[in-house]
Amino acid sequence: MTETFDIARATLLEPGGLATADLERVLDRLMSSRLDAADVYCESTRLESWVLEDGIIREGAFSIEQGAGLRAMAGEKTGFAFTDELQLPALFEAADAARTIARAGQERSVALRPAVAATALYATASPLLSLDEAAKVDLLRRVDAEARAQDARVRQVIVSLVAAHDVMLVAASDGTLAADVRPLVRLNVNVIVEAGERREQGSSGGGARSALAFLVDEDRALGYAREAVRQALVNLEAIDAPAGSMPVVLGPGWPGVLLHEAVGHGLEGDFNRKGTSAFAGRIGQAVASPLCTVVDDGTLPGRRGSLSVDDEGTPSQCTVLIENGVLKGYMQDKMNARLMGAAPTGNGRRESYAHLPMPRMTNTYMLAGPHQPEEIIASVDRGLYAVNFGGGQVDITSGKFVFSASEAYLIEGGRLGPPVKGATLIGNGPEVLTRVSMVGNDLRLDAGVGSCGKEGQTVPVGVGQPTLRVDELTVGGTHA
Amino acid sequence: MPDAAERLARLEQVVDDLLAEARRQGADAAEAGVSSDQGLSVTVRLGEVETVEHTRDNGLGITVYFGRRKGSASTSDLSPGAVRDTVRAACNIARYTSEDPCTGLADADLMARVLPDLDLHHPWTLSAGEAVDVARACEDAARGRDPRITNSEGATLDTHQGVFVYGNSHGFLAGYPTSRHSLSCAVIGEDEAGMQRDYWYATARAAQDLDSPEAVGRRAAERTVARLGARRLGTRKAPVLFRAEVAASLMRSLVGAVRGPALYRRASFLLDAQGQSLFPAFVRIHEDPLKPRGLSSSPFDDEGVATRPRDLVRDGVLQGYVLDSYAARRLGTATTGNAGGVRNLTVDSGPLDFPGLLREMGTGLVVTELMGQGVNLVTGDYSRGAAGFWVENGELAYPVEEITVAGNLRDMFRGLAAVGCDADAPGSFRTGSWLVESMTIAGE
Repeated sequence: MTETFDIARATLLEPGGLATADLERVLDRLMSSRLDAADVYCESTRLESWVLEDGIIREGAFSIEQGAGLRAMAGEKTGFAFTDELQLPALFEAADAARTIARAGQERSVALRPAVAATALYATASPLLSLDEAAKVDLLRRVDAEARAQDARVRQVIVSLVAAHDVMLVAASDGTLAADVRPLVRLNVNVIVEAGERREQGSSGGGARSALAFLVDEDRALGYAREAVRQALVNLEAIDAPAGSMPVVLGPGWPGVLLHEAVGHGLEGDFNRKGTSAFAGRIGQAVASPLCTVVDDGTLPGRRGSLSVDDEGTPSQCTVLIENGVLKGYMQDKMNARLMGAAPTGNGRRESYAHLPMPRMTNTYMLAGPHQPEEIIASVDRGLYAVNFGGGQVDITSGKFVFSASEAYLIEGGRLGPPVKGATLIGNGPEVLTRVSMVGNDLRLDAGVGSCGKEGQTVPVGVGQPTLRVDELTVGGTHA
Repeated sequence: MPDAAERLARLEQVVDDLLAEARRQGADAAEAGVSSDQGLSVTVRLGEVETVEHTRDNGLGITVYFGRRKGSASTSDLSPGAVRDTVRAACNIARYTSEDPCTGLADADLMARVLPDLDLHHPWTLSAGEAVDVARACEDAARGRDPRITNSEGATLDTHQGVFVYGNSHGFLAGYPTSRHSLSCAVIGEDEAGMQRDYWYATARAAQDLDSPEAVGRRAAERTVARLGARRLGTRKAPVLFRAEVAASLMRSLVGAVRGPALYRRASFLLDAQGQSLFPAFVRIHEDPLKPRGLSSSPFDDEGVATRPRDLVRDGVLQGYVLDSYAARRLGTATTGNAGGVRNLTVDSGPLDFPGLLREMGTGLVVTELMGQGVNLVTGDYSRGAAGFWVENGELAYPVEEITVAGNLRDMFRGLAAVGCDADAPGSFRTGSWLVESMTIAGE
């Protein structure tokens, strides 16, 4: 942690002549209004991206975003201002704008404690520098060649590589001083295949809070290429998807987006404090079948959704959301925890210094159960087996959620039938997990490509689950 | 705050510096964009201030070309040091990208020469306190509209103004100031069946063009209350009326499938569709990038190419694609001045208002909300979550939810039976409601 803090200080404070004592002065200035809490969040993000298309390296881009966001909180009120200058006059100016939500009060003196010592879940080195440019470009070319070598029907391959290095430091009026240095890499492959008049796509990818070597190791990136082609070829054979309510078996891993949409968002503290979530006031009640235990775990080393500390300096943790079907807890940031008389859970996250933090998921998944995946499929007479999904969406108030299958098969008489075209599945969050009648013993987490949007802010997240049987879910195909 | 002319001059200088630095570092050609924006966003919830956010966003981006290789870089820092470092980063990237015969600036003779004033800059100088008053009036109107409104996500007033400048090594250098103001409100209603939420909003270049706070609030409340007691539907095929506020998403699907990258990647169900009848003959879809006060108006596109009005669809026939110069070269045709996207798209209104469309439909589904991303532009396959109303004998019968609507976009476009004259949703895509002959509805 000391190394992390030293990197953050050298990146964020020293170039503008700032020291932690200056952050105390800025917090004093904020707290001279009648506030309950205030914080200063300094951040610098370096991001590099490369795109291969048509067999050539078509685009490359580099960006640096840096600045500080200042937040003032009084009761349920929040004042916020940010600056892209990490210098004292700009910080004072932003502090004065943010604190106008409250009347002037007494002089206060904030003393920061030594930096939070959290378990480091990833290396601090910049992933942008973890491979040289020639090796990055070579990786893209090898992925392209691998995809094209799979099948002559591959017409187009697009490969994108993104590496980001995010350095943050947060100081708060409760004395919190914390820093984090977060690597994030991701590689995506999208292919178009053609056979006669028919054209389909397939995509795959993966990533981690890690160096770019993660993508090279174990031939992961080449595996994404093979997987994208496999999916596209399956879709070439797909028939119209069924329409109506039926049993649905969800495969392990990425289909955990079900949990993210159906229950995850509804268990974020802000919606429950405001009483706008369909899960509000339901702690202690059964909201799922007894087979279901769902956690949000920010502590998994190197995972895309993991954080050593959250964006308010709270160490991340594994929070039990649903235990054996009973609703246990919400995900909290500091403000909502304070207003609800609960403890922060390390879920205070923000897209950047220019955005306000709020309760957000990290890695959300369901623990393994007792069933063999094969027996789950065999238990269904007529239904759908869905193994890959695009994105999802939820209305947390009505509880209605959707997620869109990109690879699915009919189940007929307990056996897998033909693949079906992509279809949206729709359900009701507070009901869907009560209909889970079988949980597989094959828990898997996703490959590391998830992004979650809330109130216009995007953050990286993870999902996971074992194979699940949902007794009834509405499948939005065209074949009525 | 310096006035717009002064800020414009300052940003033009930054673009000039970027282009000069690119030349100094050996680039054969370059293009750069710089923006500076400031704003205020205030949310009132249950009558009390919830957030007051002051925003100040700066950004600069440069693309350099070495022969037919390119590299790009951007930053939020507009200082001279950042200009030098950003150009260096872009030049370094360009050492590793490939020769691409189609890459490069748009052709010099396409650069906009006249820059009409499109009346896009109407800053709203209101204090945080005044903004709170507007948002509170909006939320009060929503909460007071119906006793079944029991909770609120609040009302937000958002006002932004900024300056944007673009230049390239053809000698093109131009920019303009813009403003944008939005007012939105989301409220929650409750009855014995549970809670429902809905929202409404207004957005405009000038504050006086916004709907009144009371009108926005009332509409949000009416939409929420109308959803109370929603039921599911049995699975069936039926006509579907996409209400104006969701019909715009069908225009986006059309645009997505005729954009350059979708075409040259062969990732579109509308490959080679130029000249084809995609819609019935009554359909005309018009793009007007020069519309005064238009939400996405601009006298030049993101490459400096002069923009001009055109029909994207006329007599039901697709007239052209949505291309920048790179896509145009890939496809062996000319840019349509759409670098950065489509600007202000309008579908011609038909004769029927909303009640008239309901009568025309007879029995079927009105969709007022779509959920999820179930649109496959490679195949046109369409499957999305929906909420709205079941219609019997030309009248709204009851609200419905937790259903999907599915079909194929080609069939939906071809089966467009009517476009209404009820275009009342804000945004740069304007259309009345779309009546689609038949889709699959999945439910119970």
